Order: sequence, then structure tokens, then C-alpha cells
Amino acid sequence: MKGVIFDIKRLALHDGPGIRQTVFLKGCPLSCHWCHNPESRSKRIICTKVIEVISGVSVEDIETIGREISVVDLMTSILRDRILYEESGGGVTFSGGEPLMQPGFLLQMLQQCHNQDIHTCVDTSGYASWKTLKKIAPFTDLFLYDLKHPDNEKHLFYTGVGNAKILKNLYLLDSINKDIWIRIPYIPTINDDEADLLKFLGILAKLNNKPQISLLPYHKLGSHKYAHFQMPYHTMQDIEEPVKDSMVTAKQLFENEGYYVTIGG
Amino acid sequence: MNTRIAQIRKQSREAIPSLSVERAQLITQYYKSSRARQVSVPMRRAQAFYHFMEHKRLCYNPGELIIGERGPSPKAVPTYPEITVHSLEDLETLHNRSKVSYKSDEAMRRVYAEEIIPFWQGSSNRDKIFANLDKEWLAAYEAGIFTEFQEQRAPGHTVLGNRMFQKGFLDLKKEISKSIQSLDYYHDPEAYSKHEELKAMEVAADSIMLYAQRNHDFLIDLANHETEEDRKIELMEMAQICKQVPAHAPTTFHEALQHYWFIHLGVISEVNPWDSFNPGRLDQHLYPFYVRETTAGTLTVDRAKELLSSFWVKFNNHPAPPKIGITAKESSTYTDFALINLGGVKSDGSDAVNELSYLILDVVEEMRLLQPSSMIQVSKKNPDRFIRRAAQIIGTGFGQPSIFNTDAIVQELLNQGKSLEDARNGGASGCVETGAFGTECYILTGYFNLVKVLDVTLHNGVDPITGKTIGPETGRADEMRSFDELIRAFDRQLRHFIDIKIKGNNLIDRIFAENIPVPFLSLVIDDCIVNGKDYNNGGARYNTSYIQGVGLGSITDILTSIRYHVFEKKSLSMNNLLEATQLNFEHMETMRNTLLNHTPKYGNDDDYADEQATLVFNLFHDAVDGRPTTKGGHYRINMLPTTSHVYFGSVTGATADGRLAYKPLSEGISPVQGADRNGPTAVICSAAKIDHLKTGGTLLNQKLNPDLFSSDKGKDVVLHLVRSYFRMDGHHIQFNVVTAKILREAQLHPENHKDLIVRVAGYSDYFNHLSESLQDEIIARTMQAPTSFYP
Repeated sequence: MKGVIFDIKRLALHDGPGIRQTVFLKGCPLSCHWCHNPESRSKRIICTKVIEVISGVSVEDIETIGREISVVDLMTSILRDRILYEESGGGVTFSGGEPLMQPGFLLQMLQQCHNQDIHTCVDTSGYASWKTLKKIAPFTDLFLYDLKHPDNEKHLFYTGVGNAKILKNLYLLDSINKDIWIRIPYIPTINDDEADLLKFLGILAKLNNKPQISLLPYHKLGSHKYAHFQMPYHTMQDIEEPVKDSMVTAKQLFENEGYYVTIGG
Repeated sequence: MNTRIAQIRKQSREAIPSLSVERAQLITQYYKSSRARQVSVPMRRAQAFYHFMEHKRLCYNPGELIIGERGPSPKAVPTYPEITVHSLEDLETLHNRSKVSYKSDEAMRRVYAEEIIPFWQGSSNRDKIFANLDKEWLAAYEAGIFTEFQEQRAPGHTVLGNRMFQKGFLDLKKEISKSIQSLDYYHDPEAYSKHEELKAMEVAADSIMLYAQRNHDFLIDLANHETEEDRKIELMEMAQICKQVPAHAPTTFHEALQHYWFIHLGVISEVNPWDSFNPGRLDQHLYPFYVRETTAGTLTVDRAKELLSSFWVKFNNHPAPPKIGITAKESSTYTDFALINLGGVKSDGSDAVNELSYLILDVVEEMRLLQPSSMIQVSKKNPDRFIRRAAQIIGTGFGQPSIFNTDAIVQELLNQGKSLEDARNGGASGCVETGAFGTECYILTGYFNLVKVLDVTLHNGVDPITGKTIGPETGRADEMRSFDELIRAFDRQLRHFIDIKIKGNNLIDRIFAENIPVPFLSLVIDDCIVNGKDYNNGGARYNTSYIQGVGLGSITDILTSIRYHVFEKKSLSMNNLLEATQLNFEHMETMRNTLLNHTPKYGNDDDYADEQATLVFNLFHDAVDGRPTTKGGHYRINMLPTTSHVYFGSVTGATADGRLAYKPLSEGISPVQGADRNGPTAVICSAAKIDHLKTGGTLLNQKLNPDLFSSDKGKDVVLHLVRSYFRMDGHHIQFNVVTAKILREAQLHPENHKDLIVRVAGYSDYFNHLSESLQDEIIARTMQAPTSFYP
């Protein structure tokens, strides 16, 4: 079986415990305004012309975004870092795009990792059918679960989908006691006022288990890609990266409710 | 750092390296005497040393706690005309060159013109060497196939063991008497030479004791004139210490440091050894003194730190002896490669990290000096805490300490035939070189340009830069039908040049053994006294000669390009490729882009590329390893460059990996600068594919983003990378923690970055001291940063 990925990052530090290899699966049902991997949305493999400057001379080249990879080949890559996982308490993280968009491939990968005793994380928006999530859950040691906006309407506006299904899946995963770390992209003016944060807390309060929380500061590192891939970077033009003080205040708010909170992954 | 230490540190930092004519004058004076003509060569060397120690000017730097300088003042560096006699033009060059200069004055030049040059010209050891080397050797040397460490510096490159922290030179004299008494003149044809060597050792022992006595008297005199009461007492104490050591074994922490320092000065005054000398496992040697005194209440932690700091300054006061010509290019630095080892295992194999290991790390961090260099040895038995503490210092960005794998070092030494105990008492010195401390003569003989050998292979024995035939005809590259055929031709060229190198080495070894014995160094390395033989003549318990391979990353990528494009994909013909390199890829940018960006590269954990690394490594190893040396030991390999990768690059045309002509080669076993694109874990996986245990050291450089050190998790990356690499038997890893942006800014405005220190290859240096091409090379190294992606 083959899947489509757009990158493999070795020495990923912010996608779960320890040193991880993060595999980015291509394709995503969401279209978050702040997405910094917009090239990952489509499941298609994209080829674009780029210019490389060699000895001061411009040379035309083809850049390929995404590639097909077999389960066997991807496992070979993952196993290359086994010693690092063992030394650091790390493992593999499947991210995206949205890894649940390729459920069959993801399931096989997770099963294989499980057989090899490699710790697995799935970094997901939660926007998938419960049937799919339920299938992969036994082979997933930790879910990195994104909550992008507490408000259904705004969630729909900013990501292209509502959050009802996402929340439902979250509660279901919690009900079968899966380990979950909640990841909130912290974006000034979009989801950072106190009312929003309190709503996030309201959602979390309904969980049986207290998840670890990561507040991920919005950054503009991916913004140049929109021009590069000729995509509109709408509504985000004027939004600044959050200041440290406001992140610390937000962190405090969650900590007051007894959560373990990190800034960044 | 207290005021006193700050003051002597400042003096050391600000001293300008200069040449001192004193030693050249004293040695020449002695060699001209009738006495010198009446005695054997070892005795002549010993008496010359005695003469120097008897008459050299003494130096005292206010506030210091350890006494003694090789020259008349800090960073005043003597010359060694009996080994290499500098011409007036050399002195001019040394004085005027923009990097690593040594100032000299008119008076010195006059003495050189009138006394030194007339006496030594044509008869220095260097002259003897070049008069005897054959054409083949000279042709390969001039083409930049290899360098020669001993052409203007003596073999040295060893480390003091623990024994000398328990003995004084009077004890050694007793051992010498015993050795002389047991000489068998009836059955041992070497008995006479041994007798002369042992007598010379006796004189050398007397020389250092005389020097200590002179310092004692000097300190008493200083004390008598000192007005400040505390300092007066201190000077009296220092004088007392010079009475105790080095004649007798040290009994206190302070004495142990002064004892070592006298020995160090002896070794680096007798000749100009490469590398200088080194106390090695300092935390182990000093620990018994430290425990005894801190328990008894006669030494506080602060005082111990102060003494160590003063000791640190001493190393920094001693730049390397002046190097010229190719030797200056292969090692373009003031650093003289004393490498303090911390941690590791004890001789019984148990964890050796102690309180003093941490205290010395504090000193390393606080002193932030280029010399001495420092490293931690990490065994699986050492605690993570030790690595974390070292990582903290590495995070401050001056390249120290570097990190070594004790378990690998022990296996490397065992593989070379050392006893388990001697192996555990060993470590690494210089840049990364494995050695059995106190018992081994292990010298580096020269860097070996693997890339150039391949280039000569591709041109059927011709050096494409000069058009001269320097190797055998191993076939036209464009007629080779398989990659294996190319490798077979390369192997023949490799063995041809290794033969030439070893033939030259053996000759040079004998010239040193017969003309420049080192009775003083022989005193302190086992088992020269028992064997009645000089360090330079096989007297040590173990004898190893290294040839250091350079350009592994580059040659791997070149061979991979050829295998991939010419023999497998057949997308390029050999002629196309050779023509492109001949033209330095001018108007062939598309091809160069393919070679740079669409070809497997070493350092990405890509087996296709890495196969060529192990292939070349094994060929190099097999061509060298186990061949006999003139000292009764064996040739071995290691993989390190100092600055020779820049020099070797400058004599090598464009290459099939897309490298432009005359640009630096890759350094150590690191990937080609910028070719590693999968992060540091992929780099260590690639680097670990060669069998480090078959070497006497490998060098891996990694440049890390300073941001990494801003989080606890980031800091632990160093710990995990180190532990993982060492589980794969990696020998050594070092980290530069600095951004390319800062380096570029420092290149533009050196005046604003006078204190910027970077890791080069096996040592740290001020960025301003580096040549522009070396600066560019460091900037081009891949900046490793962990990735953070979130939706």
C-alpha cells in the first residue's frame, strides 16, 4: 500500500515527547486561514517551476511537492531513528495535512510501528469520521488534537468546517481514555481574547481526563508560500505574531484550572 | 572570576604573539661550544637543554599562582633553529602576514642574520629531511597529495599519564641508575646507545630541577621586595613549591599543578613538538590531592578554582611555535592543541566523573580561553547530568567542550593491542586523536588528500592542475566500463601514494631518532627509562604513527555523482563530467544544479551515497592499517583536518559533486558544507556507517542554532544526539552554536566581533584569526535546527 506524503522531518522536537520523526501526510479537509503548509491541502502531487541560482546564473528547476511512498519504505525511514527514540523517549508522529485523510495507509503505518514498539502520535484536526478514529485509536499512543476555535461559526469561517464533529470525536476519544494533548494555535484577534479562552476551558472541562495543553504561537513563517503557490493569504495580512506577555497570561489562565501547559509544541 | 584572575587573563588575552630569539641564541651558543662536539647525540641534546634551562630569562607575571614561561614573557615564542631555521624572509612573512602573525624586531633579525642563519643553514633537521626525500615524494607533496607534520616540527603529540603525578625527578633519577646498572654490555649490542640515552635523561632531569631551583630563588627575591603582606606570603609559598616539585612528587593540589607545568615547559622547550603537550585526564590526576586537602581543610573550593584558573592562563600564554609554508596552511592557528580530558572511566572501568570534573567545567566556562582546549569523555557509565552541564557550556557558543566516546576510545586502543588498563587510562588529545596516556608515542605524520588522489585517478596518473604525471597510469576514465573498475584504479593510486608517504615517514623518523632525541620527554613517558631508549626511537611502551584522511564527505559525493549519473542513470558521460570540472562548470550551471541538488549526498542517511563513504574509508584503512613503523609500532588512520581541508581544496580543481575549483573540501567525517539536509540525526546515522573503532579518531562537526538552547527540551537534544551517536560507536562530536548571520556580520565588521570564538575542526579559534576561505567554509556548513510545524 502507498500513501502520499509531503515531508519527513527528522529531529522533530515539538510533535510529542522526545525526539521524533514526523511524517507529513498530504491532503487536508480544512483550509485554515493561518495555515503555513498550504501546499499540503491538496492530496495531489504538485510540480512547480522554480529558479535555482547556480554560480550567479539562474537555472530553471522543477520542485515537486509531495511523493508517493510505500508502507515498507516509510517504515525503513522511521526505523532509521530507533536509537534516537530509545535514548530520548521519542517516536514517530503522523501529521499533515490531515493524516486521517489517508485512513488505510495511516492504519497500516500505525500497526507496523506498534509491532516494532515504536511510540506513535497522530497530530490531527479531529475532522474525520468516528469510524476512522476508532480504528486507529488502538495503535495510537498519543493524540495531538487541535482545537482551533471554540465557536462553531468562527471555526467554520476560519477553517472551512464547523467544530461539532471535532468536539464529538474528542469526547469519544476521551471516553475510551486515549492519551490526548490539546494543541491550540494562539492567534491574535482570532481566538486570543479572554472570552474565547474561557470557552476553550469550557470545552475541556467536559473531558474525563485532564489533557496536557500546548499553546502554539501563530507565526508568519509560512506566509511567503501563499505567493509562491499563488494562493490568497486572505484576512491574515494584518495579523501580528503574539507577544510573549499575552501568551504567558493565557498560559496562566489554563494553569489556574489545573492543566499542564506548554508554549510551543 | 576574581580581580587577580581577571588581571592575568586580560594580560594573556592582550599579549601579542611575538618571536623570542633567546632560545635560538642559547642553543646555538651551546652547539658552537667544544663540549658539544665531544659528546654523543643524546648527550648533546640534553646538554643543550640544560644550557637553555640554566640561562633562560625567568618570567613572573604579577598575581599569577603558577610560575614559568617558555619565553621571556607571555606569548613570546622561541624558535628551534636546530629543527627548522627560519630565513630572514620567513621572519618577515611571520611578522607581516595578516593571520596568525608573530612579531619580531630588528634586533632579532640581526641576531638571525649574524649568528643563527650562518650556523644552521643547511644543517638543520629540516635541511637533512629535504636533502634525503626523493623526487616522487616531493612531487606528491608539492601537488598537495599529503602534508608532512615533522618537516619543521618535532614528533610530540603525547600526553602525561598518572604516574608522573606520583613521582619527582629524583625518583626518575633512581630509576635511571637502576636501568644503567642492569645494562648487559656482553649480550646487548645496543647497551652503549642505551647508556648514552640514559645519561642524557639524567642531565635532562637535572635541567628541569635546576630551572625550578632558579624559580625558587627568583620567587624568594620577589617576596623580599613585595610590600603587600598577603602576596609576600603567597610568593614564599610558591617558592617553597618550587623546592618540592618537580624534584619530588607533589603533595598538594597547588604543587601538582606547578609540577605538571614544569614538565610541560620542559617538553615544549626541548623541541617544538606537534602537538605541544597535555596533562590529559586532569580531573583524575588532581582528584586525590583535591579530596585530601578539602577534607583536611587546607584547600577551599574557591582556592582550587583560582589555582586552576591561573593554570589555564598558562596554556593561553603559549601559542604554537611559528609555522611557515604548507605547515602553516594545514594548521593555520595559534592553538597548540593541549586538550584537557574530563570524565570517562577509571582504570577499573568504573565511572570516573567526580566533583572536580564539574569544577573544571566551571573553570572552562568562566575562563573562555582558546587554550587549553577541553573535552568531556562520555562512557555509558557516566551520568546524563555530566553531559547536560557540558551542553550548557556548549550553548554559550565557543565550541568547548567537545564530546568523546570513552567506550569507543577503549575499544580502539584494545584493537591496537593496548592492555585494558592502559586503554581505560587513555583518551583523546590534539583534535580527536586516540592515545594511551603516559605510555604511548602516537604521532600524526600528515594529512592525506583523498579527493586529490581520486582526481589523479580520473586523469590517469596526471595532476590536472599542473599537467605533471605524479601517479601510475591506471587507465583512462572515459574507457572505464564500470564503477568497480574506477574503484580498482583509485585503490591502486591510493596505495601508490600511501607507499610514498610511508617511505618518507620512515626516513624522517630515522632522521629524528638519530639527530633529535628527546631525553626530557623520554623521562616522563613509560617505558623509555626501562628500555633505555628515546621517545623518538621506539622507547615508549606503544608506538603508533597516524596518517590522517581528509575529505571523506567530498570524495563520497564525487564518487556518488559518478556512480549515479555516469554508470547507473547514464545521464552523463564521463567525458562530459570531466570536461565540466575542467571548465569549473562555467556555462554548465544546469549540470551543476543536477550534481548539487539532484544527486544523493553523504550526510542524509541515504544508503546509496553512504556506501561510497564506507567503501573509501575501508580502502584507506586497508592501505595503511597495521603497516610497521621504524619504532616497532604500527601505522593507523584517523580522520581529521585542522585547516588542511582548506589547503587541500586550494590545490584541487572542480569536482563531480558540483564543488567549484579551489574551494575547501569537507572537513573530518562531516558532510560537504550544506549537503546535509535531513537534520543532525541523519548526519550521525550517516557518519556512524563507517567503522570508527578501526581508527584512532574521527571528527564530526555540527552547527546548531542557538535558539535550540532556549528550551529545556532543546538543550536535551545535545544529550540525546550524543548518547545515540555513541551507541552507534561514533568517536567524537562537537558543536558550533552560532548563526550564519552573526558570522557574516563578523566578516563585515571584525572590529565589533573581536571575542567571537567558533569551532573549526578539533579546536576553537577567534573568528577573526581565520582565513577568509575558512570563514566562508564555516558559514556554509548546514545550520541544524529542530523543526516545529503545527497547523
